Amino acid sequence: MFQSIISYGLAVGAVYALIGITYNVMFSASRVFSFTAGMLGMLGGVLGALFITEWGLPAIVGLVLVLACGAVLGIVTEIVTVRPVLKSIDQHLYVLSTLAFALMIQQLTAIWWGTDARPFPRLIPVGAGWLDQQFWLPMLACAVTIVGLELLYRKTLIGRAFLAIAEDSYAARALGLPETGLRMASYALAGMIGALAGFSGAEILLAFMGNQAILNFYGFVPVALGGMGSNRGAVIGGLALGVFQQAANFLVGGIFAAVAVFAVFIVVLLLRPEGLAGASAARRV
Amino acid sequence: MTDATASAPAAGASWLGKLEGKVSWILLGVAGLLLPLLDDSYIGVIAQRAYIYWVLSAGLNLVVGYAGQIAIGWVSMLTLGAYTTAALTAGTATEPWHPYLALIAGGVVGAVAGLVVGLPALRLRTFYFAMTTLGFATIVTQVALAWKSVTGGGVGTPGPVFPWPFDPGWGFYYFCFILAALATWMTANIASSRFGRALVAIRDAEVAAEASGIAKPKLLMAVFLFAGALGGVAGGLFSSLQSYITPDAFTFEISVLFFIAILIGGRGSILGPALGTIILTALPEFAAPLVQWSTFLYAALLLVIVLVIPGGIADLLDYKNRRPLEQHREIAPRQELLGRLLDKSDAKHTIALKDIALHFGGVRAIDGLDLEIRSGEVQGLIGPNGSGKTTTLNVISGYYAPKSGTLMLDGRSLPFGQPHLRARYRIARTFQTPRLVGAASVLENVMIGGTVHGHASFAEATLALPRNRRDEKLLHEAAMQALATVGLENLAGVRADRLQHSELRFMEIARALMLRPAFLMLDEPAAGLSPEEIRRLGSLIKAISREGTGVLLVEHHADLIFDICDHVTVLNLGKVLAAGTPNEIRSHREVVSAYLGA
Repeated sequence: MFQSIISYGLAVGAVYALIGITYNVMFSASRVFSFTAGMLGMLGGVLGALFITEWGLPAIVGLVLVLACGAVLGIVTEIVTVRPVLKSIDQHLYVLSTLAFALMIQQLTAIWWGTDARPFPRLIPVGAGWLDQQFWLPMLACAVTIVGLELLYRKTLIGRAFLAIAEDSYAARALGLPETGLRMASYALAGMIGALAGFSGAEILLAFMGNQAILNFYGFVPVALGGMGSNRGAVIGGLALGVFQQAANFLVGGIFAAVAVFAVFIVVLLLRPEGLAGASAARRV
Repeated sequence: MTDATASAPAAGASWLGKLEGKVSWILLGVAGLLLPLLDDSYIGVIAQRAYIYWVLSAGLNLVVGYAGQIAIGWVSMLTLGAYTTAALTAGTATEPWHPYLALIAGGVVGAVAGLVVGLPALRLRTFYFAMTTLGFATIVTQVALAWKSVTGGGVGTPGPVFPWPFDPGWGFYYFCFILAALATWMTANIASSRFGRALVAIRDAEVAAEASGIAKPKLLMAVFLFAGALGGVAGGLFSSLQSYITPDAFTFEISVLFFIAILIGGRGSILGPALGTIILTALPEFAAPLVQWSTFLYAALLLVIVLVIPGGIADLLDYKNRRPLEQHREIAPRQELLGRLLDKSDAKHTIALKDIALHFGGVRAIDGLDLEIRSGEVQGLIGPNGSGKTTTLNVISGYYAPKSGTLMLDGRSLPFGQPHLRARYRIARTFQTPRLVGAASVLENVMIGGTVHGHASFAEATLALPRNRRDEKLLHEAAMQALATVGLENLAGVRADRLQHSELRFMEIARALMLRPAFLMLDEPAAGLSPEEIRRLGSLIKAISREGTGVLLVEHHADLIFDICDHVTVLNLGKVLAAGTPNEIRSHREVVSAYLGA
């Protein structure tokens, strides 16, 4: 039982962490939290099952297609729901526009794919126990994403430009950085990370439209606790959340697990609104 | 003479406005009362659902439309109310309850849940809060699925059947109708009271709301309790209407429907969201082929509203505020009216700052400041940009806590970090950039300033009891007086965001006067005014101080300062460069070379 708590917990936690990173990448580029993060995770599983099981494509082709779809959806999100409301960001209309867009996609999924959970194919039919693909694939995806983002931010020019925009978008624009293009690129990147999260975790979470709401919330919890924009916080928070949830599920039951996570979320935010590792807010008068 | 001219236009407008508003409500009410004559039970069920949804939306409208809190997961209140009422009636958790008692219990559970979900809104804004309500909705559904012994899990549980007089059929119809009417009446009462104006002020001008003494946490908690209770009651009715409830019945789609109804109807309106709820409930019923697309269409509609008409239909139909205003308006303050507004007293009060120091990071914004504001005197505060003038004002009004030093009122120290408590000491202020509720009328904006003088509680306002009506009457009269005093009474009924910049400055002074301030702090009131307006402003400020109010005037216009101040302090880099009478300052060598430059 201990083994399954840890392995399930870490696997699900890695998916939460990736969704958290998806939130962060979009937030860094635009100061916008987007409800499309959970949608991307949900679609990663559904589209993976569609391409590989239904269409019979090879797994690697399926993965590439899923990532491409994620990138396209990310760009559409930016153009349709974020850019038009950025001018008046203090009205927080993005909360509603991104939510509306995510719901539209979720509904299309419900109509074309169905509202029932469907199985996700087993891609690599070797290994059991710890070595089962459903456990290590999300962890691997998470590790690859973290390393990839680090390399991108530290070693490449475009990565540094991302950081510049995240740090101070006015100054970055004054330096001549193409802010709009970089924002679109960030959303495309976020789209791929979100879709990868769903794809890698789908053998556990299944190809299911209902994952959207669950991933939206449980993917946001690590971001809120770890401080917005902090990928390290998202990974640590996500893994901890996954293990805690599985442990509570096994030991005391699902009701307690759900209520406990929510209670911790509210209490931490009330005590430290900026997150456990975040910086405090600026002046307003 | 002054009274009559001052109140006539506004009274006429509000009488007309009241009638306009009432006609629609009366029509809706008559239609609702007569609907059973159609004897069509299908239409009856649709109408019942619309009423039930409205009971919830009416409360949510205060949270979303008035207070501006994006509570997207409010469907959870419906779920909780429904399961509480159903489970208590069925007796799965306790001895079976009487259905009416169980319905009340549903309301209580909803109120508590509303408070729990609402708490984070006191510290968090927007997305975090939106996510909290969404997470709560997700968790309530998960618990409903998992707690099989009480909720029946995925199989569900039967809803309550209410006995006579509200038994199933038209009896239950009238039950829903009455509760919907009650919800409308109560929310309308709140919206038109000082609490409703305070909610809107928190939404659009939070800092000014605090300076007017509005305690955001207390007010929001009352509203969340109220909206939660309405949601819970709506849930209890819903479970009876459905006759059998499963977790699937409470999809997120319903939350979206509530939200669109409120947004389409327009923030700060009650009729609009009510009509929106009715239309959105009825629409899918008459477009059967669209049923599986309804959520998609709702979501698309939400996206379109947000992107195209964020102000809602109410904004589009607001013809009253399209009428052009007079082009060349003049602000003519009448300081002779001040006496009626301020209670003149000869008591002497002093605010004394001693050795105040405040740092922002490594920047010393204020560095050992001494300053006194005394009743009946105008204290000027001048200095170059960044010398700490506004920061000083923010320390006095409680926004910043200094690192060291003392702030005393008549020898007792004032607490820091709680700006909403300053109004109780009758310390009022204006802002460098006017803080206003753009969508509210000038009169309403000014009335916000008198919020602390109201005596009726939130509950009294909800039920429109006499004390609340008396509050409203007094606030209305005082606000008209204040507007007449600053010379804006002709604009009382105009939306505040249509005013010119100079008019907004005088409006802020009127709002501050509503507090009957012992101390009034003005942050660059002359910025953007014409020379003639500055002259009038000067004599108004002088007159205010003669009524016994201590004035702190932060300004760049040296002429105005030297004209009306009794005492002037010059700041430079957070330190006092010089202090004295205007004549002493005018001839102060360092001041002249550093600042006046003459």
